[in-house]
Amino acid sequence: MADNEVREDLADSGKAEGTVNPEERARGDEIYRRELMELQKVDFALVELNLYLDTHPADMQAVQQYNQLAQRRLQMCAAFELKYGPLMHFGHSYTRYPWQWIETPWPWQV
Amino acid sequence: MWIYEKKLQYPVKVSKCDPRMARYLLEQYGGADGELSAALRYLNQRYAIPDKVIGLLTDIGTEEFAHLEMIATMIYKLTKDANVEQLEAAGLGANYAGHDHAFIYRDPEGFPWTAAYIQAKGDPIADLYEDIAAEEKARATYQWLIDMTDDVDLQDGLKFLREREIIHSMRFKEAVEILKADREHKKVY
Repeated sequence: MADNEVREDLADSGKAEGTVNPEERARGDEIYRRELMELQKVDFALVELNLYLDTHPADMQAVQQYNQLAQRRLQMCAAFELKYGPLMHFGHSYTRYPWQWIETPWPWQV
Repeated sequence: MWIYEKKLQYPVKVSKCDPRMARYLLEQYGGADGELSAALRYLNQRYAIPDKVIGLLTDIGTEEFAHLEMIATMIYKLTKDANVEQLEAAGLGANYAGHDHAFIYRDPEGFPWTAAYIQAKGDPIADLYEDIAAEEKARATYQWLIDMTDDVDLQDGLKFLREREIIHSMRFKEAVEILKADREHKKVY
């Protein structure tokens, strides 16, 4: 499977050797990318609404939509992070032991 | 991607209008070893460095942007009530003529910030030593800035930033050791 090859490549690079457990290996595979895309969609909608609201602060409907999506984002992030580790640093995400933040893949490696 | 937080990392206070200090602070705003250079240097190095230190470069690079904002806040507060005569006396007359109170990424001498300040050799040890040197240079500048003012509020913010340079330098030194150990490990097995 192509995904396995990708993961083997990551392991073969030696950079994450011995530090990757099976669960974390899921990061970078097809399911990971699909779930990431779902999050990216919601996040993009939030960016768009945010910019729109910056110049239309009195649009009640947009405000409601923003808050709804913000809540949905929170739930999606919680589920995503439980599976794949922290999305954010500086205390905005929880971590398991050992410290998960330094795990691959980084965005440009996905 | 990045998210902005609407707060400073550490509170910035100044006790008087002081365009002279504002001008010297430009060293840390748009200077060679200032916060902008630091942020861009570390974040840019991430794409050609072993995975083990990408997290550290991401985190320190991001913190540098918080420091850039603190420096900007200091400059803002030190100059917001300054009149033209005061700005001119502080050597900021040219800045006023061209930009009023607007900020420009340049050093106290007026030299614009340049990408030539940023190094990325592609050799992990060389790049991390570069980073350690940059932190030590920034620490030295913060000490001199602290020595140049009697404003204890301004000194407080500068001392926080000086301490952060020391911590960053320590972490980069540890990163070097991690990479060296990794290299040895690979040779043996």
